[in-house]
Amino acid sequence: MNSIFSIHTTRFILLVVFQVLILNHINFLGYINPYVYILFIALYPIKNNRVILIVLSFLLGLTIDLFLDTGGIHAGASVFIAYARPVLLKTSFGAIYEHQTIKFNTVDFGSKLTYFTLLTVMHHLILFSLEIFSLSKIILVLQKTLFSSIFTILLSVLITILFSKKPR
Amino acid sequence: MQQIINFIIRNKNFLLFLLLFCVSLLFTIQSHSYHKSKFINSANFLTGGVYNSINNISSYFSLKSQNTLLAEENKQLKSLWFNASQKTDSTYVDSTAFQSPYRFYTANIIKNSYALTDNYLTINKGRKDSIKQDFGVISSKGIIGIIDKTSRGYGTVLSILNTTSRISAQLKKTNHFGTLTWNGKSPEFTQLVDIPKIAPLQKGDTIITSGRSSIFPKGVPVGVIADFVLDQAENFYEINVKLFNDMTNIEHVYIIENIDTEEILNLNNNNNND
Repeated sequence: MNSIFSIHTTRFILLVVFQVLILNHINFLGYINPYVYILFIALYPIKNNRVILIVLSFLLGLTIDLFLDTGGIHAGASVFIAYARPVLLKTSFGAIYEHQTIKFNTVDFGSKLTYFTLLTVMHHLILFSLEIFSLSKIILVLQKTLFSSIFTILLSVLITILFSKKPR
Repeated sequence: MQQIINFIIRNKNFLLFLLLFCVSLLFTIQSHSYHKSKFINSANFLTGGVYNSINNISSYFSLKSQNTLLAEENKQLKSLWFNASQKTDSTYVDSTAFQSPYRFYTANIIKNSYALTDNYLTINKGRKDSIKQDFGVISSKGIIGIIDKTSRGYGTVLSILNTTSRISAQLKKTNHFGTLTWNGKSPEFTQLVDIPKIAPLQKGDTIITSGRSSIFPKGVPVGVIADFVLDQAENFYEINVKLFNDMTNIEHVYIIENIDTEEILNLNNNNNND
């Protein structure tokens, strides 16, 4: 219990620092930034309490908002994907999820990619709708969602491969 | 009663989600309206401190380009100073004899942002340096924004690259004035609207601040006209202004305090009440 707690605290802090100090200054082609901090929500243990995950996601989003002066857009988007996560898990992993035996290191790559993609696109869509906050600029929202999602998914997959313990 | 409690327990996840989502929506809506009290800003001890310590390191990497900028500005000021002192040589007037209505402070940008639609910058000066809301912020090349929130040691700046930013600006050659806004697209261009159709415009004309708002003095450079079209009603121009400032690379800025602001605001209020 204690080691799980410390692992997730470190992960929380590292992801926030990584996001705020490095990833937000990439500005690829002027405006495309990856938002990799959602890995915390994606990789949170499934067996743990959902209430804690929702509260933690809110805090995570709010910390990012605090650094970026963006009001509550990251908090909103993070809370939403934290709530919607079981549905996404069911659609991307199917039967394994029902038995509650997923370990993110051992599942096959295809379904993991589906899971990340669904989560990221949903997060980014809400994030940019809240940021731009105007129906007349829906094209801009979709454009930003598309490009940033590609970037985020790519980077998330790379990070998970890089930091996963190899099952031997 | 039992059923209500049961309902809450059964749907506790959903209710919690709804509550937190509404809270974040509230913060978002607040951030979209100008100068609403918001709690979530980067001018606090934690974020300001983090940005400041990182800036201490990263500012070394841009030393060369920032030095060139400052030297450029020094050159301008020197030429101004020597030309002026030669002209008024015979009748020397001590400039301290006049009460200048503007006071200047220097500051460093410790967080820059230009990729969002509502951009805020963070500076390393705050209440303890007597920086307050609604002071103007400029760089050596031109306008940057307006102070939004301050904490003890840090402040946030509402950048001109913010869709809620409204700054009064005018043509340099005539006195036709309009409002400087941003459409959220490119950090190189801002939009000047409400310039009447009668104004003689040309590509390359200079845009300056108008000094009507009591925040900026008249004549702070903004940019040059890149292109312009008439709006739908064909009464006003919509002008694309190419900024003098490279908003993606700013470090040293000046904060302008107008000492007469209170007097001007009081006067305007009195006029409105009559």
